[in-house]
Amino acid sequence: MNAWQITGFTLACAVAATVAIVPPGVVLAWLLARRRFRGRALIETLVTMPLVMPPVATGLLLLVLFSRRGFVGRVLERAGIDVVFTWKAVVLAMAIMGLPLLVRTARAGFEQVNTRYEDVAATLGARPLRIFLTISLPLAWPSVLAAAVLAFARALGEFGATVVVAGNIPGVTRTLAVAIYGYTETGQDRQAMVLIAVAAVVSFAALWCSNHLVERRPA
Amino acid sequence: MIALDVDLEQGSFSLSARIELDSRAAALFGPSGAGKTTILDSIAGLRTPRRGSIAVDGRVLFSSSARINLPPHQRRVGYVPQDVALFPHMNVRRNLEYGTHPGSSPALERVVGMLEIDRLVDRQVTELSGGERQRVALGRALMSGPSLLLLDEPLAAVDVPLRRRILPYLQRVRDEMRIPIVYVSHDREEVEALADTVIRLDLGRIVDIEHVAR
Repeated sequence: MNAWQITGFTLACAVAATVAIVPPGVVLAWLLARRRFRGRALIETLVTMPLVMPPVATGLLLLVLFSRRGFVGRVLERAGIDVVFTWKAVVLAMAIMGLPLLVRTARAGFEQVNTRYEDVAATLGARPLRIFLTISLPLAWPSVLAAAVLAFARALGEFGATVVVAGNIPGVTRTLAVAIYGYTETGQDRQAMVLIAVAAVVSFAALWCSNHLVERRPA
Repeated sequence: MIALDVDLEQGSFSLSARIELDSRAAALFGPSGAGKTTILDSIAGLRTPRRGSIAVDGRVLFSSSARINLPPHQRRVGYVPQDVALFPHMNVRRNLEYGTHPGSSPALERVVGMLEIDRLVDRQVTELSGGERQRVALGRALMSGPSLLLLDEPLAAVDVPLRRRILPYLQRVRDEMRIPIVYVSHDREEVEALADTVIRLDLGRIVDIEHVAR
């Protein structure tokens, strides 16, 4: 067993998944909080679904979509990109499972910002993008940060969707959660306990840092 | 010159207003729920009337028949809401400079000098008193170089002595910068000191327009 390798891989995939979903997720959260448009309810429902569906089912759907015969997988294969049972599938599963938490938390943050600030900024000549970047985002910043940390934490612990779409390939797709399950299944309890301790330390550190950052931010 | 002819519904409230104004300062007067803020919001582009038209100095901001509806950022209308809404994460200078456009904005020194807020520019907005906040919000609107200024109860949040001290600043905006003002007021003294036209509203209808001799 290589606990360091597994921890490093899991952290790298969780960071990649968070970085990938934060820009579109935050913009989507703002749109859902502030704009009325056609298809809004549909998008909101689709984004939230992974939160409610069994993760294994989400994983299976991703597998169907991204396998070589799948709707998305076929297109990606032509571009020479293989997703399922690679590290990309790990990141994909983490991203999809983290997105609902990110969008819902950030959206609540944007809804707390008084719309009058955005109204005034518009009358001062600011276009929507500038309003988003200079007014909405800075004022909702603590919530956006908390949203990103939640998504990251969710990604760190992702299991159900990952194991289906990425498998449990040592050195290729084995994350902390998947490895803990694997060791427990095969009776290697000591190894499992080491990884559980690592997971606890990493989760604690991530949450402690985020709380610290949110508290330190000047009003 | 402001030409406004709008119908707007929101829930059980309906507004139907026709006004042609050629005044330097017009007051919207009436009980709460009369539609005063709704008129300001319509002119600023923050609320869209169901039908009608709005033009300022011949420039059409909204016309349902011509399918024109300029977004707020293109209307060049300065707006100070009732709670002034200074951006809390910026200092006074950054608030003042938020809406400046090269060419059409007045010089910062002129605006802060006229409103006597020059010593406040490096303060945080959280450190300002009620009267200072009002003047900074007014300055921020002026710095965007507006062709019209909309003020929603500019003096409601300040006490009577302070009101008397802020009124001259509004008169200076009207006379020195020559920007027409439309404002919401509940106060007779304020109306007499500033307005040349008083529009009385009730339940979404204009009940009376009075021209005050100056």
